[in-house]
Amino acid sequence: MSQFNLTINQKKYDVDVDPQMPLLWVIRDIIGLTGTKYGCGIAQCGACTIHFDGKAMRSCVLPISNVGDAKITTIEGLSDDGSHPTQVAWKEMDVPQCGYCQAGQIMAAVDLINKKPNPSDEDIHRGMTNVCRCGTYNRIKSAIKLAAEGGKS
Amino acid sequence: MKELGVMNRRGFMKVSLASGGGMLLGFSWLGACNNSSGEGVIHEQVDFNAFVKIDSSGMVTLMSPNPEIGQGVKTSLPMIVAEELDVDWKNVKIEQAGLDTEKYSRQVAGGSGSIRSSWDSFRKAGATARVMLINAAAAAWGVESSSCYTSAGSVYHKDSDKQFKYGDLVNSAVAQKVPEDVPLKSPGTYKLLGKRIANVDNDAIVTGKQLYGIDTKREGMKYVCISRPPAFGQELVSYDSTESLKVSGVEKVIDFDHKIAVLANNTWAAMQGVKALKIEWTGNESFDSTKDYLTNFKKALETKSNQDPKRNDGNIDTAFEGVEEIISLDFEAPFLPHNTLEPMNFFADVKTDSAELYGPIQTPERTRKRVAEQIGIPEEKIQLGLTRMGGGFGRRLMSDFVEEAAMVSKLAQVPVNVIWTREDDMGGGFYRPMGYYRYKAALDADHNLIAWHHDSIGCSGNLSRQDNFPAGAVENFRVDSRLYETPVTTGPWRAPNHNFIAFTEESFVDEIANRTGKDPLTFRLELLKQAEDNPVGKVDYDTERYANVLKKVADMAGWNKVKPDGIYQGLAAHFSFGSYVAEVVELEKMNDGKLKIKKVYCAVDCGIVINKSGAETQVEGGIIDGLGHALYGEITLTNGKADQLNFDQYRLIKMKEVPEIEVHFIQSDESPMGLGEPGLPPAGAALANAVFAAINVRLTAQPFIKSDIFV
Repeated sequence: MSQFNLTINQKKYDVDVDPQMPLLWVIRDIIGLTGTKYGCGIAQCGACTIHFDGKAMRSCVLPISNVGDAKITTIEGLSDDGSHPTQVAWKEMDVPQCGYCQAGQIMAAVDLINKKPNPSDEDIHRGMTNVCRCGTYNRIKSAIKLAAEGGKS
Repeated sequence: MKELGVMNRRGFMKVSLASGGGMLLGFSWLGACNNSSGEGVIHEQVDFNAFVKIDSSGMVTLMSPNPEIGQGVKTSLPMIVAEELDVDWKNVKIEQAGLDTEKYSRQVAGGSGSIRSSWDSFRKAGATARVMLINAAAAAWGVESSSCYTSAGSVYHKDSDKQFKYGDLVNSAVAQKVPEDVPLKSPGTYKLLGKRIANVDNDAIVTGKQLYGIDTKREGMKYVCISRPPAFGQELVSYDSTESLKVSGVEKVIDFDHKIAVLANNTWAAMQGVKALKIEWTGNESFDSTKDYLTNFKKALETKSNQDPKRNDGNIDTAFEGVEEIISLDFEAPFLPHNTLEPMNFFADVKTDSAELYGPIQTPERTRKRVAEQIGIPEEKIQLGLTRMGGGFGRRLMSDFVEEAAMVSKLAQVPVNVIWTREDDMGGGFYRPMGYYRYKAALDADHNLIAWHHDSIGCSGNLSRQDNFPAGAVENFRVDSRLYETPVTTGPWRAPNHNFIAFTEESFVDEIANRTGKDPLTFRLELLKQAEDNPVGKVDYDTERYANVLKKVADMAGWNKVKPDGIYQGLAAHFSFGSYVAEVVELEKMNDGKLKIKKVYCAVDCGIVINKSGAETQVEGGIIDGLGHALYGEITLTNGKADQLNFDQYRLIKMKEVPEIEVHFIQSDESPMGLGEPGLPPAGAALANAVFAAINVRLTAQPFIKSDIFV
């Protein structure tokens, strides 16, 4: 067990955990922010995507001891009320079916739009590698384009 | 001064609703939940029946009794009630009901049956409450009920400007006699049904506030991971938990039923605790592998089935003798895991004489019964709450993971959330059965299809749907299906049976069409005409509705039009769970000769469309699921043990492989059908038929990715 000082959604947390524990489980079980999901534990599905200093990262394989001073943002930190343009676009396109992967999809999409403010289909195909088992991919694509447009105006 | 949360028995009544909507329990109580403004405004909330509550502000709460697995019933079922109740959707809140067999008649998510089975009772629940509101207003005004009407949450008097908002009437309405045989709206007058209504949980989902079963955390609860036999049929010999108990956070290790459970104060510790167990299982060297199954399937089909056929029109034996041409194709269906993105999990708190279960389950009633038997606590002492589920696809029809959680809680005497790792989930599932199908068709000298034989074998005795197309259109038609016993657990997988039968039948129909030089669309329409004019035996599909979706999709895709170079199309249609679905897959042959799926056109007749947005996304999702699994999905076993345990070894379809999809719903006044499943079955066949059109290769074994033909 070791002490770690974390900054998550602009709040400070002190945790005392196994240094090998992935950030995902610290966020979910220790801190209690459950919007970030477990899907595979091997960084394949993307359900656990968070922002690490503003960049999308899969938290299920990131040991807490490697987090350092990074600023972590989870889905709960994107906005208080679902007003982030990407969240708004997700609702507008009625993207979710079961909804389980969507927090990760949104975190990946926000990073994509930050990097590519006007993403092409090709950019979206390259940038969005998260799994959606329900098959909401086409609506995700539409929502990303809508969010990107909204961001420009 | 009103006291919060105290039951007000005024107006209490109990009547039964003959329509099957279950017991109507009318009582009023004070809706503390409406105090969200924090300003101390409390509205009295009245229960009209098991589905409808209205408070004095006019806010309507509709109960959603069916499990929500992503199929959209938490939105679409209350829409049915709201339509008949005649309220504005923006004044409606939805609550997920827990298991309550007194109030609700069918709380199951499966077989695309929620909409179908709820259509009458949900409409009546809304309409009954509406009539009670009208009667209350009429009584207050001293006018005839027939001179009153409703609109958007208010009752109006036709001959004056009198108006009551529903909220003003709640107490007097609930005191009215519950009417029987209430009139229902006709489809042409619907204001809400057929509109695009967003998923009611979207706000919670996009902010990460939506709680799933895996998120359940209670006071004193332990996180549990379990080591189960790695190979199907294996048993526990012995284990040593010394190292496991040294893992920081691990608190206890117990064993039951050839499983070892590690209880910890966080999920990660429980996972590490399982890894640290030293376990001896019985040997699995003698267990069969999937390649053995395949060999045995083929061998079995060399001899005639000794079981009664599922269907036997005419006589195929005489029909096959001396015919002009016999066409034959064999198809291979692999085992498929469900891979719900939220792995199996369940919360259980088993006490001495009562228990609470909470989590994601498609079959709460049956599950509670099974758990009651296992833990020796009567059903009525077991409370079962439902969470929104991170996918179902049939896996959560099974109750094994709930029974496990209850057993661990009972043995350890603590509340637990048992969480499966992805490896547990993929390696120990209830797979879509592996199967092998052989089709034979006889053509006469004029190239007419005169005999059809379906012969199949698989790890399930039910690999056929014998009364579906093209049954009814062929004079000699026989269906044989055989069971192959294995220790592998199998179960329903999205569109059970249909998910692979559609691929085999529609590929075979395409093959026959091509061998007879007929256009695949024309050939199908000819068969349907034959089934219409001279039906052979009983069938379960309607020829006209079937033909209509085929014609519509052909129109959408420009089926008979000349295509640009390198563009090829394949067609397939299938009737399942009450809906007719036809799909055209369009492929592009790239410069290197590889194929890319460009677009899918789809025409659906599901009767009345409840929620246009929900219906469309279900069909799109079904198509993507159908394409994805036909292309990539397969679990193989070596000596009884799954070779694929996580997404690095098992490929799921991703964004870059997904084509554009266009869905059209046939305008209809027929009763609505559920859409969780019907979009899926035709997709694999339409893709395979497009591949045949493009490169003259007939794909018969899934997953298609084994043939190196795609980009």
